[in-house]
Amino acid sequence: MTAAVAKVYRWEIVKLLAQKRTYLGLGTAMAVPLIFVVVLLLQSGGPNDVPLGRYIRDTGLATPFVVLFFMSIWGFPLITALVAGDIVASESQNGTLKTILTRSRNRGEIFAGKVLASITYTLVIVFAMGLVGAVAGSIAWGFHPLTSLSGTQVSAAHGVALLAGSLALYVLPLAGIAAFAVLLSTVTRNSAAAVVGALMWALLMQLLGVLPGTEAIRPYLLGTQFEAWHGFLRIPADWSPVIRALWVCALYIALPLASAYVVFLRRDVAGD
Amino acid sequence: MSDALPISTTALVKRYGDIVAVDGVDLTVERGDVFGYLGPNGAGKTTLLRILLGLIRPTSGSAKLFGRDPLVDGARALDGVAGFVEGPRFYSYLSGRKNLELLADYDGDGARSRIDGVLEIVELRDRAKDRVGGYSHGMRQRLGIAASLLRQPRLLLLDEPTTGLDPAGMRDMRDLVRRLAGEGITILLSSHLLNEVEDLCNRVAIIRKGSIVYDGPLQELLATAATGYRLRATDSERARLVLLSQQGIDGVALEEGQLRFTADEEAVARAAIALGQARIGITALIPETASLEELFLRLTGGESSDHDREAIVA
Ligand SMILES: Nc1ncnc2c1ncn2[C@@H]1O[C@H](COP(=O)(O)OP(=O)(O)O)[C@@H](O)[C@H]1O
Ligand SMILES: [Mg+2]
Repeated sequence: MTAAVAKVYRWEIVKLLAQKRTYLGLGTAMAVPLIFVVVLLLQSGGPNDVPLGRYIRDTGLATPFVVLFFMSIWGFPLITALVAGDIVASESQNGTLKTILTRSRNRGEIFAGKVLASITYTLVIVFAMGLVGAVAGSIAWGFHPLTSLSGTQVSAAHGVALLAGSLALYVLPLAGIAAFAVLLSTVTRNSAAAVVGALMWALLMQLLGVLPGTEAIRPYLLGTQFEAWHGFLRIPADWSPVIRALWVCALYIALPLASAYVVFLRRDVAGD
Repeated sequence: MSDALPISTTALVKRYGDIVAVDGVDLTVERGDVFGYLGPNGAGKTTLLRILLGLIRPTSGSAKLFGRDPLVDGARALDGVAGFVEGPRFYSYLSGRKNLELLADYDGDGARSRIDGVLEIVELRDRAKDRVGGYSHGMRQRLGIAASLLRQPRLLLLDEPTTGLDPAGMRDMRDLVRRLAGEGITILLSSHLLNEVEDLCNRVAIIRKGSIVYDGPLQELLATAATGYRLRATDSERARLVLLSQQGIDGVALEEGQLRFTADEEAVARAAIALGQARIGITALIPETASLEELFLRLTGGESSDHDREAIVA
Protein backbone atom coordinates (compact mmCIF):
# COMPACT_ATOMS: atom_id res chain seq x y z
CA MET A 1 0.00 0.00 0.00
CA THR A 2 1.51 3.30 -1.03
CA ALA A 3 1.57 6.26 1.35
CA ALA A 4 -1.03 8.00 -0.82
CA VAL A 5 -3.45 5.06 -0.63
CA ALA A 6 -2.83 4.85 3.12
CA LYS A 7 -3.90 8.49 3.49
CA VAL A 8 -7.04 7.96 1.46
CA TYR A 9 -7.80 4.77 3.41
CA ARG A 10 -7.40 6.57 6.72
CA TRP A 11 -9.89 9.23 5.68
CA GLU A 12 -12.33 6.63 4.40
CA ILE A 13 -12.27 5.13 7.89
CA VAL A 14 -12.79 8.58 9.44
CA LYS A 15 -15.80 9.08 7.16
CA LEU A 16 -17.24 5.68 8.07
CA LEU A 17 -16.79 6.47 11.75
CA ALA A 18 -18.79 9.68 11.28
CA GLN A 19 -21.77 8.01 9.58
CA LYS A 20 -24.83 6.44 11.18
CA ARG A 21 -25.11 3.49 8.84
CA THR A 22 -21.71 2.26 10.00
CA TYR A 23 -22.98 1.94 13.56
CA LEU A 24 -26.30 0.55 12.42
CA GLY A 25 -24.49 -2.35 10.77
CA LEU A 26 -21.91 -2.83 13.49
CA GLY A 27 -24.56 -2.57 16.20
CA THR A 28 -26.68 -5.19 14.46
CA ALA A 29 -23.72 -7.55 14.12
CA MET A 30 -23.11 -7.24 17.85
CA ALA A 31 -26.76 -7.35 18.91
CA VAL A 32 -27.65 -10.56 17.06
CA PRO A 33 -25.48 -12.90 19.19
CA LEU A 34 -26.67 -11.14 22.35
CA ILE A 35 -30.32 -11.58 21.44
CA PHE A 36 -29.58 -15.14 20.44
CA VAL A 37 -28.09 -15.96 23.87
CA VAL A 38 -30.90 -14.23 25.75
CA VAL A 39 -33.57 -16.10 23.77
CA LEU A 40 -31.88 -19.44 24.44
CA LEU A 41 -31.64 -18.62 28.14
CA LEU A 42 -35.37 -17.96 28.23
CA GLN A 43 -36.39 -21.19 26.54
CA SER A 44 -35.31 -24.81 26.61
CA GLY A 45 -35.15 -25.80 22.92
CA GLY A 46 -32.12 -25.25 20.73
CA PRO A 47 -30.96 -25.02 17.11
CA ASN A 48 -30.25 -28.75 16.99
CA ASP A 49 -30.20 -29.06 13.22
CA VAL A 50 -27.41 -26.58 12.55
CA PRO A 51 -23.67 -27.30 12.87
CA LEU A 52 -22.63 -27.21 16.54
CA GLY A 53 -26.21 -26.31 17.48
CA ARG A 54 -26.55 -29.35 19.74
CA TYR A 55 -23.66 -28.16 21.89
CA ILE A 56 -24.86 -24.60 22.27
CA ARG A 57 -25.31 -24.94 26.03
CA ASP A 58 -22.09 -26.90 26.58
CA THR A 59 -19.75 -23.95 26.00
CA GLY A 60 -20.01 -20.29 25.13
CA LEU A 61 -17.56 -20.94 22.30
CA ALA A 62 -20.30 -22.63 20.28
CA THR A 63 -22.41 -19.44 20.16
CA PRO A 64 -20.53 -17.47 17.46
CA PHE A 65 -20.33 -20.55 15.21
CA VAL A 66 -24.07 -21.02 15.33
CA VAL A 67 -24.72 -17.32 14.74
CA LEU A 68 -22.39 -17.44 11.72
CA PHE A 69 -24.75 -19.97 10.21
CA PHE A 70 -27.87 -17.91 10.78
CA MET A 71 -26.37 -14.66 9.56
CA SER A 72 -24.95 -16.08 6.35
CA ILE A 73 -28.30 -16.09 4.50
CA TRP A 74 -28.88 -12.35 4.52
CA GLY A 75 -27.78 -10.82 7.83
CA PHE A 76 -24.09 -10.37 7.14
CA PRO A 77 -24.57 -9.78 3.40
CA LEU A 78 -26.99 -6.96 4.18
CA ILE A 79 -24.72 -5.33 6.76
CA THR A 80 -21.78 -5.62 4.38
CA ALA A 81 -23.70 -4.19 1.44
CA LEU A 82 -25.02 -1.35 3.57
CA VAL A 83 -21.54 0.13 3.74
CA ALA A 84 -19.86 -1.22 0.58
CA GLY A 85 -22.83 -0.32 -1.62
CA ASP A 86 -22.75 3.20 -0.28
CA ILE A 87 -19.06 3.91 -0.45
CA VAL A 88 -18.87 5.31 -3.99
CA ALA A 89 -22.54 6.04 -4.67
CA SER A 90 -23.06 8.31 -1.67
CA GLU A 91 -20.19 10.49 -2.85
CA SER A 92 -21.69 10.59 -6.34
CA GLN A 93 -25.03 11.59 -4.91
CA ASN A 94 -23.63 14.19 -2.50
CA GLY A 95 -21.27 15.60 -5.10
CA THR A 96 -18.22 15.08 -2.89
CA LEU A 97 -16.72 12.77 -5.50
CA LYS A 98 -15.91 15.75 -7.69
CA THR A 99 -14.40 17.48 -4.64
CA ILE A 100 -11.90 14.72 -3.93
CA LEU A 101 -11.24 13.97 -7.60
CA THR A 102 -10.00 17.51 -8.17
CA ARG A 103 -7.15 17.23 -5.68
CA SER A 104 -3.75 15.60 -6.11
CA ARG A 105 -4.81 11.96 -5.82
CA ASN A 106 -5.37 9.78 -8.84
CA ARG A 107 -8.64 7.96 -9.26
CA GLY A 108 -6.93 4.60 -8.75
CA GLU A 109 -5.63 5.65 -5.35
CA ILE A 110 -9.05 6.84 -4.25
CA PHE A 111 -10.66 3.63 -5.45
CA ALA A 112 -8.09 1.51 -3.62
CA GLY A 113 -8.68 3.40 -0.37
CA LYS A 114 -12.43 2.84 -0.66
CA VAL A 115 -12.11 -0.87 -1.37
CA LEU A 116 -9.75 -1.36 1.56
CA ALA A 117 -12.13 0.50 3.86
CA SER A 118 -15.09 -1.64 2.73
CA ILE A 119 -13.18 -4.83 3.38
CA THR A 120 -11.95 -3.55 6.73
CA TYR A 121 -15.55 -2.95 7.71
CA THR A 122 -16.50 -6.50 6.70
CA LEU A 123 -13.66 -7.84 8.81
CA VAL A 124 -14.66 -5.73 11.80
CA ILE A 125 -18.33 -6.75 11.80
CA VAL A 126 -17.52 -10.45 11.59
CA PHE A 127 -14.95 -10.36 14.38
CA ALA A 128 -17.17 -8.09 16.50
CA MET A 129 -19.97 -10.64 16.21
CA GLY A 130 -17.51 -13.43 17.09
CA LEU A 131 -16.21 -11.62 20.14
CA VAL A 132 -19.63 -10.62 21.48
CA GLY A 133 -20.99 -14.11 20.79
CA ALA A 134 -18.13 -15.88 22.56
CA VAL A 135 -18.22 -13.55 25.57
CA ALA A 136 -22.01 -13.56 25.94
CA GLY A 137 -22.15 -17.34 25.41
CA SER A 138 -19.41 -17.91 27.96
CA ILE A 139 -21.20 -15.76 30.53
CA ALA A 140 -24.34 -17.80 29.95
CA TRP A 141 -22.88 -21.26 29.70
CA GLY A 142 -19.21 -21.07 30.66
CA PHE A 143 -15.92 -21.18 28.80
CA HIS A 144 -15.57 -24.94 28.28
CA PRO A 145 -13.99 -27.30 25.74
CA LEU A 146 -15.68 -27.35 22.34
CA THR A 147 -17.05 -30.45 20.63
CA SER A 148 -15.87 -30.49 17.02
CA LEU A 149 -17.97 -31.51 14.03
CA SER A 150 -16.21 -34.88 14.15
CA GLY A 151 -17.49 -35.40 17.69
CA THR A 152 -14.12 -35.12 19.43
CA GLN A 153 -13.52 -32.46 22.04
CA VAL A 154 -10.89 -29.73 21.77
CA SER A 155 -9.68 -27.52 24.60
CA ALA A 156 -11.26 -24.10 25.04
CA ALA A 157 -7.98 -22.44 23.99
CA HIS A 158 -7.86 -24.56 20.84
CA GLY A 159 -11.52 -23.68 20.29
CA VAL A 160 -10.67 -19.97 20.34
CA ALA A 161 -8.01 -20.53 17.67
CA LEU A 162 -10.53 -22.46 15.55
CA LEU A 163 -13.03 -19.63 16.00
CA ALA A 164 -10.50 -17.02 14.86
CA GLY A 165 -9.60 -19.09 11.79
CA SER A 166 -13.26 -19.69 10.97
CA LEU A 167 -14.15 -16.01 11.28
CA ALA A 168 -11.26 -15.07 9.01
CA LEU A 169 -12.34 -17.63 6.41
CA TYR A 170 -15.93 -16.41 6.68
CA VAL A 171 -14.82 -12.89 5.80
CA LEU A 172 -13.80 -14.07 2.31
CA PRO A 173 -17.26 -14.74 0.80
CA LEU A 174 -18.50 -11.60 2.53
CA ALA A 175 -15.69 -9.68 0.86
CA GLY A 176 -17.02 -11.15 -2.40
CA ILE A 177 -20.36 -9.55 -1.65
CA ALA A 178 -18.64 -6.31 -0.66
CA ALA A 179 -16.79 -6.33 -4.00
CA PHE A 180 -20.05 -6.80 -5.88
CA ALA A 181 -21.62 -3.98 -3.83
CA VAL A 182 -18.69 -1.68 -4.70
CA LEU A 183 -19.20 -2.50 -8.38
CA LEU A 184 -22.90 -1.65 -8.19
CA SER A 185 -22.08 1.43 -6.15
CA THR A 186 -19.73 2.62 -8.87
CA VAL A 187 -21.95 1.76 -11.80
CA THR A 188 -25.41 2.74 -10.51
CA ARG A 189 -24.23 5.84 -8.56
CA ASN A 190 -27.19 5.08 -6.34
CA SER A 191 -26.66 3.86 -2.83
CA ALA A 192 -30.03 2.17 -2.32
CA ALA A 193 -29.85 0.38 -5.65
CA ALA A 194 -26.36 -0.88 -4.87
CA VAL A 195 -27.32 -2.16 -1.41
CA VAL A 196 -30.44 -3.93 -2.67
CA GLY A 197 -28.64 -5.27 -5.74
CA ALA A 198 -25.81 -6.72 -3.69
CA LEU A 199 -28.26 -8.34 -1.31
CA MET A 200 -30.10 -9.87 -4.27
CA TRP A 201 -26.79 -11.19 -5.53
CA ALA A 202 -26.12 -12.85 -2.17
CA LEU A 203 -29.60 -14.35 -2.05
CA LEU A 204 -29.29 -15.61 -5.62
CA MET A 205 -26.06 -17.36 -4.66
CA GLN A 206 -27.83 -19.00 -1.73
CA LEU A 207 -30.85 -19.90 -3.84
CA LEU A 208 -28.79 -21.55 -6.57
CA GLY A 209 -27.20 -23.65 -3.87
CA VAL A 210 -30.48 -25.20 -2.74
CA LEU A 211 -32.22 -25.64 -6.09
CA PRO A 212 -32.26 -29.18 -7.41
CA GLY A 213 -29.91 -29.86 -10.32
CA THR A 214 -27.22 -27.39 -9.24
CA GLU A 215 -25.01 -29.97 -7.53
CA ALA A 216 -22.27 -29.63 -10.15
CA ILE A 217 -21.78 -25.89 -9.66
CA ARG A 218 -22.57 -25.84 -5.97
CA PRO A 219 -18.96 -26.03 -4.74
CA TYR A 220 -18.19 -22.90 -6.75
CA LEU A 221 -21.09 -20.74 -5.61
CA LEU A 222 -20.34 -17.85 -3.32
CA GLY A 223 -22.99 -18.98 -0.82
CA THR A 224 -21.31 -22.33 -0.38
CA GLN A 225 -18.12 -20.67 0.84
CA PHE A 226 -19.93 -19.51 3.98
CA GLU A 227 -19.64 -23.15 5.10
CA ALA A 228 -15.99 -23.58 4.30
CA TRP A 229 -15.04 -23.09 7.94
CA HIS A 230 -16.64 -26.47 8.69
CA GLY A 231 -13.34 -27.87 7.40
CA PHE A 232 -11.53 -26.32 10.36
CA LEU A 233 -13.97 -27.91 12.78
CA ARG A 234 -13.12 -31.43 11.70
CA ILE A 235 -10.40 -33.30 13.58
CA PRO A 236 -8.14 -33.66 11.71
CA ALA A 237 -8.91 -30.56 9.69
CA ASP A 238 -10.40 -31.02 6.21
CA TRP A 239 -8.48 -28.57 4.06
CA SER A 240 -10.25 -29.11 0.77
CA PRO A 241 -13.24 -26.76 1.38
CA VAL A 242 -10.84 -24.23 2.88
CA ILE A 243 -8.55 -24.20 -0.12
CA ARG A 244 -11.47 -24.11 -2.53
CA ALA A 245 -12.94 -21.16 -0.62
CA LEU A 246 -9.66 -19.31 -0.96
CA TRP A 247 -9.53 -19.40 -4.74
CA VAL A 248 -13.26 -19.31 -5.43
CA CYS A 249 -13.63 -16.22 -3.21
CA ALA A 250 -10.55 -14.65 -4.78
CA LEU A 251 -12.38 -14.77 -8.12
CA TYR A 252 -15.64 -13.43 -6.66
CA ILE A 253 -13.63 -10.56 -5.17
CA ALA A 254 -11.28 -9.83 -8.05
CA LEU A 255 -13.68 -9.85 -10.99
CA PRO A 256 -16.18 -7.27 -9.68
CA LEU A 257 -13.37 -5.12 -8.31
CA ALA A 258 -11.48 -5.15 -11.60
CA SER A 259 -14.65 -4.12 -13.45
CA ALA A 260 -15.44 -1.45 -10.89
CA TYR A 261 -11.88 -0.13 -11.13
CA VAL A 262 -12.10 0.27 -14.90
CA VAL A 263 -15.47 2.02 -14.63
CA PHE A 264 -14.29 4.29 -11.84
CA LEU A 265 -11.17 5.28 -13.75
CA ARG A 266 -13.02 6.21 -16.90
CA ARG A 267 -16.43 7.42 -15.85
CA ASP A 268 -17.68 10.96 -16.23
CA VAL A 269 -18.28 12.66 -12.91
CA ALA A 270 -20.97 15.17 -13.80
CA GLY A 271 -24.22 16.28 -12.33
CA ASP A 272 -24.49 13.33 -9.98
CA MET B 1 6.71 23.68 -19.30
CA SER B 2 6.90 26.76 -17.05
CA ASP B 3 5.95 29.09 -19.87
CA ALA B 4 3.03 26.94 -21.02
CA LEU B 5 -0.33 28.67 -21.15
CA PRO B 6 -2.55 28.32 -18.07
CA ILE B 7 -5.38 27.10 -20.31
CA SER B 8 -5.44 26.13 -23.94
CA THR B 9 -8.09 24.04 -25.62
CA THR B 10 -8.33 23.03 -29.23
CA ALA B 11 -11.49 21.99 -31.04
CA LEU B 12 -12.94 20.78 -27.78
CA VAL B 13 -16.26 18.95 -28.11
CA LYS B 14 -18.50 17.26 -25.56
CA ARG B 15 -21.69 15.60 -26.69
CA TYR B 16 -24.51 14.22 -24.61
CA GLY B 17 -26.59 12.29 -27.11
CA ASP B 18 -28.04 14.95 -29.41
CA ILE B 19 -26.93 17.84 -27.21
CA VAL B 20 -23.56 19.34 -28.00
CA ALA B 21 -22.72 20.92 -24.67
CA VAL B 22 -19.27 22.11 -25.78
CA ASP B 23 -19.02 22.68 -29.50
CA GLY B 24 -15.55 23.17 -30.94
CA VAL B 25 -14.13 25.46 -28.29
CA ASP B 26 -10.68 26.96 -28.88
CA LEU B 27 -9.82 28.84 -25.76
CA THR B 28 -6.60 30.46 -24.67
CA VAL B 29 -6.15 31.97 -21.25
CA GLU B 30 -2.93 33.84 -20.64
CA ARG B 31 -1.03 34.18 -17.41
CA GLY B 32 -2.53 36.91 -15.23
CA ASP B 33 -5.84 36.96 -17.07
CA VAL B 34 -9.08 37.24 -15.22
CA PHE B 35 -11.04 35.57 -17.94
CA GLY B 36 -14.82 35.68 -18.04
CA TYR B 37 -16.56 32.69 -19.61
CA LEU B 38 -19.91 34.29 -20.14
CA GLY B 39 -23.07 32.72 -21.40
CA PRO B 40 -26.69 32.06 -20.52
CA ASN B 41 -27.75 28.98 -18.60
CA GLY B 42 -27.18 25.80 -20.55
CA ALA B 43 -24.54 27.39 -22.78
CA GLY B 44 -21.96 24.79 -21.72
CA LYS B 45 -19.89 26.68 -19.15
CA THR B 46 -19.92 24.04 -16.45
CA THR B 47 -19.23 21.31 -18.98
CA LEU B 48 -16.08 23.10 -20.15
CA LEU B 49 -14.87 23.49 -16.56
CA ARG B 50 -15.57 19.82 -15.87
CA ILE B 51 -13.38 18.85 -18.81
CA LEU B 52 -10.60 21.16 -17.61
CA LEU B 53 -10.75 19.65 -14.12
CA GLY B 54 -10.56 16.12 -15.51
CA LEU B 55 -14.02 15.18 -14.24
CA ILE B 56 -15.39 14.25 -17.66
CA ARG B 57 -13.84 13.11 -20.93
CA PRO B 58 -14.26 15.28 -23.99
CA THR B 59 -15.84 13.59 -27.01
CA SER B 60 -13.00 15.01 -29.10
CA GLY B 61 -10.38 17.72 -29.05
CA SER B 62 -7.95 18.45 -26.28
CA ALA B 63 -7.61 20.59 -23.20
CA LYS B 64 -4.36 21.49 -21.52
CA LEU B 65 -3.56 23.20 -18.23
CA PHE B 66 -0.02 24.54 -18.14
CA GLY B 67 0.69 22.14 -20.97
CA ARG B 68 -0.72 19.08 -19.23
CA ASP B 69 -3.74 17.13 -20.39
CA PRO B 70 -5.99 15.78 -17.61
CA LEU B 71 -6.79 12.74 -19.77
CA VAL B 72 -3.14 11.84 -20.08
CA ASP B 73 -1.59 13.14 -16.87
CA GLY B 74 -4.43 12.47 -14.43
CA ALA B 75 -4.16 14.34 -11.15
CA ARG B 76 -0.75 15.77 -12.16
CA ALA B 77 -2.51 17.92 -14.74
CA LEU B 78 -4.02 19.77 -11.80
CA ASP B 79 -0.66 20.78 -10.35
CA GLY B 80 -1.04 24.45 -9.50
CA VAL B 81 -4.71 24.37 -10.47
CA ALA B 82 -7.74 24.53 -8.21
CA GLY B 83 -11.41 25.26 -8.48
CA PHE B 84 -14.88 23.83 -8.44
CA VAL B 85 -17.88 23.35 -10.67
CA GLU B 86 -21.42 24.23 -9.65
CA GLY B 87 -21.67 24.50 -5.88
CA PRO B 88 -18.62 23.21 -4.00
CA ARG B 89 -19.58 20.06 -2.10
CA PHE B 90 -18.32 18.87 1.25
CA TYR B 91 -18.97 16.13 3.77
CA SER B 92 -21.90 17.58 5.65
CA TYR B 93 -21.29 15.33 8.67
CA LEU B 94 -17.73 16.63 9.14
CA SER B 95 -16.71 20.09 10.34
CA GLY B 96 -15.41 22.70 7.93
CA ARG B 97 -11.93 22.25 9.33
CA LYS B 98 -12.08 18.45 9.10
CA ASN B 99 -13.13 18.78 5.46
CA LEU B 100 -10.14 20.97 4.78
CA GLU B 101 -7.85 18.58 6.66
CA LEU B 102 -9.08 15.75 4.47
CA LEU B 103 -8.47 17.72 1.29
CA ALA B 104 -5.09 18.92 2.54
CA ASP B 105 -4.07 15.30 3.10
CA TYR B 106 -5.21 14.46 -0.42
CA ASP B 107 -3.01 17.28 -1.66
CA GLY B 108 0.04 16.63 0.50
CA ASP B 109 2.71 19.24 -0.03
CA GLY B 110 2.34 20.87 3.38
CA ALA B 111 -1.23 21.93 2.67
CA ARG B 112 -2.25 21.22 6.25
CA SER B 113 -0.16 24.09 7.54
CA ARG B 114 -2.13 26.49 5.35
CA ILE B 115 -5.58 25.66 6.75
CA ASP B 116 -5.71 28.47 9.33
CA GLY B 117 -4.54 30.96 6.76
CA VAL B 118 -7.17 30.12 4.15
CA LEU B 119 -9.93 30.03 6.76
CA GLU B 120 -8.85 33.52 7.70
CA ILE B 121 -8.99 34.74 4.11
CA VAL B 122 -12.57 33.56 3.61
CA GLU B 123 -13.57 34.65 7.10
CA LEU B 124 -14.69 31.25 8.29
CA ARG B 125 -12.34 30.77 11.20
CA ASP B 126 -15.03 31.17 13.84
CA ARG B 127 -17.27 28.57 12.24
CA ALA B 128 -14.60 26.08 11.21
CA LYS B 129 -15.40 23.60 13.95
CA ASP B 130 -19.10 23.41 13.07
CA ARG B 131 -20.42 20.71 10.80
CA VAL B 132 -20.75 21.80 7.18
CA GLY B 133 -24.33 20.49 7.25
CA GLY B 134 -25.24 23.63 9.17
CA TYR B 135 -23.50 26.09 6.81
CA SER B 136 -25.37 28.58 4.68
CA HIS B 137 -24.94 28.56 0.93
CA GLY B 138 -22.59 31.52 1.13
CA MET B 139 -20.42 29.83 3.76
CA ARG B 140 -20.12 26.72 1.63
CA GLN B 141 -19.18 28.84 -1.32
CA ARG B 142 -16.46 30.47 0.77
CA LEU B 143 -15.28 27.12 2.07
CA GLY B 144 -14.99 26.11 -1.58
CA ILE B 145 -12.65 29.02 -2.18
CA ALA B 146 -10.70 28.13 0.96
CA ALA B 147 -10.36 24.53 -0.25
CA SER B 148 -9.06 25.81 -3.57
CA LEU B 149 -6.55 28.17 -1.95
CA LEU B 150 -5.09 25.28 0.05
CA ARG B 151 -3.51 24.18 -3.21
CA GLN B 152 -1.72 27.53 -3.65
CA PRO B 153 -3.07 27.67 -7.20
CA ARG B 154 -1.55 29.58 -10.08
CA LEU B 155 -4.81 29.01 -11.90
CA LEU B 156 -8.25 29.15 -10.32
CA LEU B 157 -11.36 27.80 -12.08
CA LEU B 158 -14.56 29.24 -10.63
CA ASP B 159 -17.98 28.21 -11.88
CA GLU B 160 -20.57 30.92 -11.20
CA PRO B 161 -19.20 31.59 -7.73
CA THR B 162 -21.80 34.22 -6.88
CA THR B 163 -24.87 32.28 -8.01
CA GLY B 164 -27.38 31.96 -5.22
CA LEU B 165 -25.68 34.50 -2.95
CA ASP B 166 -27.46 37.50 -1.50
CA PRO B 167 -26.22 40.96 -2.60
CA ALA B 168 -23.79 41.25 0.31
CA GLY B 169 -22.48 37.76 -0.30
CA MET B 170 -22.07 38.57 -3.99
CA ARG B 171 -20.10 41.70 -3.19
CA ASP B 172 -17.85 39.82 -0.75
CA MET B 173 -17.23 37.07 -3.28
CA ARG B 174 -16.37 39.58 -5.99
CA ASP B 175 -14.04 41.42 -3.64
CA LEU B 176 -12.35 38.13 -2.90
CA VAL B 177 -11.94 37.31 -6.59
CA ARG B 178 -10.49 40.76 -7.22
CA ARG B 179 -8.08 40.32 -4.35
CA LEU B 180 -6.90 36.91 -5.58
CA ALA B 181 -6.49 38.28 -9.09
CA GLY B 182 -4.46 41.10 -7.55
CA GLU B 183 -2.12 38.49 -6.10
CA GLY B 184 -1.36 37.31 -9.60
CA ILE B 185 -3.54 34.22 -9.74
CA THR B 186 -4.88 33.55 -13.21
CA ILE B 187 -8.64 33.12 -12.99
CA LEU B 188 -11.22 31.58 -15.29
CA LEU B 189 -14.61 32.68 -14.05
CA SER B 190 -17.79 31.38 -15.61
CA SER B 191 -20.86 33.50 -15.24
CA HIS B 192 -24.23 34.25 -16.75
CA LEU B 193 -24.08 37.77 -15.34
CA LEU B 194 -22.76 40.38 -17.73
CA ASN B 195 -22.18 43.01 -15.07
CA GLU B 196 -20.17 40.58 -12.98
CA VAL B 197 -17.84 39.77 -15.85
CA GLU B 198 -17.65 43.44 -16.83
CA ASP B 199 -16.74 44.23 -13.26
CA LEU B 200 -14.07 41.57 -12.72
CA CYS B 201 -12.62 40.40 -15.98
CA ASN B 202 -10.08 41.79 -18.41
CA ARG B 203 -11.05 39.34 -21.11
CA VAL B 204 -14.22 37.56 -21.96
CA ALA B 205 -15.49 34.78 -24.14
CA ILE B 206 -19.17 34.87 -24.88
CA ILE B 207 -20.72 31.45 -25.27
CA ARG B 208 -23.78 30.44 -27.17
CA LYS B 209 -24.92 26.84 -27.37
CA GLY B 210 -21.47 25.50 -26.65
CA SER B 211 -19.54 27.73 -29.06
CA ILE B 212 -17.56 30.89 -28.51
CA VAL B 213 -19.25 33.75 -30.38
CA TYR B 214 -16.94 36.52 -29.15
CA ASP B 215 -13.50 36.43 -27.55
CA GLY B 216 -11.66 39.56 -26.43
CA PRO B 217 -11.91 42.54 -24.12
CA LEU B 218 -15.47 43.66 -23.41
CA GLN B 219 -14.76 47.29 -24.26
CA GLU B 220 -13.55 46.21 -27.68
CA LEU B 221 -16.81 44.41 -28.23
CA LEU B 222 -18.55 47.68 -27.55
CA ALA B 223 -16.20 49.61 -29.82
CA THR B 224 -16.36 47.25 -32.76
CA ALA B 225 -20.08 46.81 -32.66
CA ALA B 226 -21.86 48.92 -35.29
CA THR B 227 -24.12 51.27 -33.41
CA GLY B 228 -26.69 53.81 -34.48
CA TYR B 229 -26.09 57.58 -34.40
CA ARG B 230 -28.22 60.67 -34.71
CA LEU B 231 -26.63 63.77 -36.16
CA ARG B 232 -27.77 67.37 -36.25
CA ALA B 233 -25.70 69.74 -38.34
CA THR B 234 -25.80 73.31 -39.61
CA ASP B 235 -26.62 72.03 -43.08
CA SER B 236 -28.37 68.67 -43.03
CA GLU B 237 -28.53 68.20 -46.79
CA ARG B 238 -24.80 68.74 -47.35
CA ALA B 239 -23.99 66.70 -44.27
CA ARG B 240 -25.97 63.84 -45.80
CA LEU B 241 -23.86 63.98 -48.94
CA VAL B 242 -20.63 63.97 -46.90
CA LEU B 243 -21.79 60.98 -44.90
CA LEU B 244 -22.78 59.09 -48.02
CA SER B 245 -19.26 59.54 -49.39
CA GLN B 246 -17.68 58.12 -46.22
CA GLN B 247 -16.52 54.51 -45.88
CA GLY B 248 -18.04 52.54 -42.99
CA ILE B 249 -21.16 54.70 -42.69
CA ASP B 250 -24.34 52.83 -43.51
CA GLY B 251 -28.06 53.36 -43.59
CA VAL B 252 -27.87 57.15 -43.89
CA ALA B 253 -31.32 58.68 -43.73
CA LEU B 254 -32.62 62.22 -43.25
CA GLU B 255 -35.70 62.44 -41.08
CA GLU B 256 -37.22 65.67 -39.78
CA GLY B 257 -34.00 67.61 -40.14
CA GLN B 258 -32.03 64.94 -38.37
CA LEU B 259 -29.63 62.39 -39.89
CA ARG B 260 -29.53 58.78 -38.84
CA PHE B 261 -26.86 56.23 -39.68
CA THR B 262 -24.97 53.27 -38.30
CA ALA B 263 -21.20 53.06 -37.98
CA ASP B 264 -18.47 51.90 -35.70
CA GLU B 265 -16.49 54.35 -33.59
CA GLU B 266 -13.64 54.69 -36.01
CA ALA B 267 -15.88 55.55 -38.96
CA VAL B 268 -17.75 58.10 -36.87
CA ALA B 269 -14.53 59.82 -35.95
CA ARG B 270 -13.50 60.02 -39.58
CA ALA B 271 -16.92 61.33 -40.55
CA ALA B 272 -16.74 64.07 -37.94
CA ILE B 273 -13.44 65.27 -39.33
CA ALA B 274 -14.80 65.19 -42.87
CA LEU B 275 -17.79 67.27 -41.82
CA GLY B 276 -15.50 69.77 -40.17
CA GLN B 277 -13.33 70.03 -43.25
CA ALA B 278 -16.49 70.64 -45.30
CA ARG B 279 -17.20 73.50 -42.89
CA ILE B 280 -20.38 71.91 -41.67
CA GLY B 281 -20.96 72.50 -37.96
CA ILE B 282 -22.03 69.57 -35.84
CA THR B 283 -24.63 70.70 -33.34
CA ALA B 284 -25.34 67.23 -31.97
CA LEU B 285 -23.89 63.78 -32.51
CA ILE B 286 -25.73 61.31 -30.35
CA PRO B 287 -24.79 57.64 -30.23
CA GLU B 288 -27.76 55.37 -29.88
CA THR B 289 -25.52 52.88 -28.21
CA ALA B 290 -26.43 49.34 -28.09
CA SER B 291 -25.57 48.68 -24.47
CA LEU B 292 -23.32 45.77 -23.64
CA GLU B 293 -26.45 44.06 -22.51
CA GLU B 294 -28.08 44.45 -25.88
CA LEU B 295 -24.93 43.21 -27.59
CA PHE B 296 -24.74 40.27 -25.25
CA LEU B 297 -28.35 39.40 -25.86
CA ARG B 298 -27.87 39.78 -29.59
CA LEU B 299 -24.82 37.49 -29.54
CA THR B 300 -26.40 34.86 -27.38
CA GLY B 301 -29.63 34.79 -29.30
CA GLY B 302 -31.41 36.69 -26.58
CA GLU B 303 -32.49 33.67 -24.65
CA SER B 304 -31.01 30.93 -22.58
CA SER B 305 -30.76 27.55 -24.21
CA ASP B 306 -32.71 26.06 -21.38
CA HIS B 307 -35.42 27.35 -19.14
CA ASP B 308 -34.67 30.35 -16.97
CA ARG B 309 -34.34 33.28 -19.23
CA GLU B 310 -34.88 35.92 -16.58
CA ALA B 311 -31.43 35.29 -15.19
CA ILE B 312 -29.39 36.38 -18.20
CA VAL B 313 -28.90 40.00 -17.26
CA ALA B 314 -29.93 39.99 -13.65
N1 LIG C 1 -24.31 14.94 -17.57
C1 LIG C 1 -25.08 15.46 -18.55
N2 LIG C 1 -25.90 14.65 -19.26
C2 LIG C 1 -26.66 15.15 -20.25
N3 LIG C 1 -26.70 16.44 -20.61
C3 LIG C 1 -25.92 17.30 -19.95
C4 LIG C 1 -25.06 16.86 -18.89
N4 LIG C 1 -24.40 17.93 -18.41
C5 LIG C 1 -24.80 18.99 -19.15
N5 LIG C 1 -25.72 18.62 -20.07
C6 LIG C 1 -26.35 19.51 -21.05
O1 LIG C 1 -25.35 20.24 -21.69
C7 LIG C 1 -25.74 21.60 -21.86
C8 LIG C 1 -24.74 22.51 -21.18
O2 LIG C 1 -24.83 22.36 -19.78
P1 LIG C 1 -23.90 23.13 -18.75
O3 LIG C 1 -22.49 22.95 -19.14
O4 LIG C 1 -24.28 22.70 -17.39
O5 LIG C 1 -24.33 24.64 -19.01
P2 LIG C 1 -24.07 25.94 -18.12
O6 LIG C 1 -23.11 25.58 -17.05
O7 LIG C 1 -23.54 26.93 -19.09
O8 LIG C 1 -25.39 26.35 -17.59
C9 LIG C 1 -27.15 21.73 -21.30
O9 LIG C 1 -28.05 21.61 -22.36
C10 LIG C 1 -27.25 20.53 -20.38
O10 LIG C 1 -28.58 20.10 -20.30
MG1 LIG D 1 -23.40 25.76 -15.01
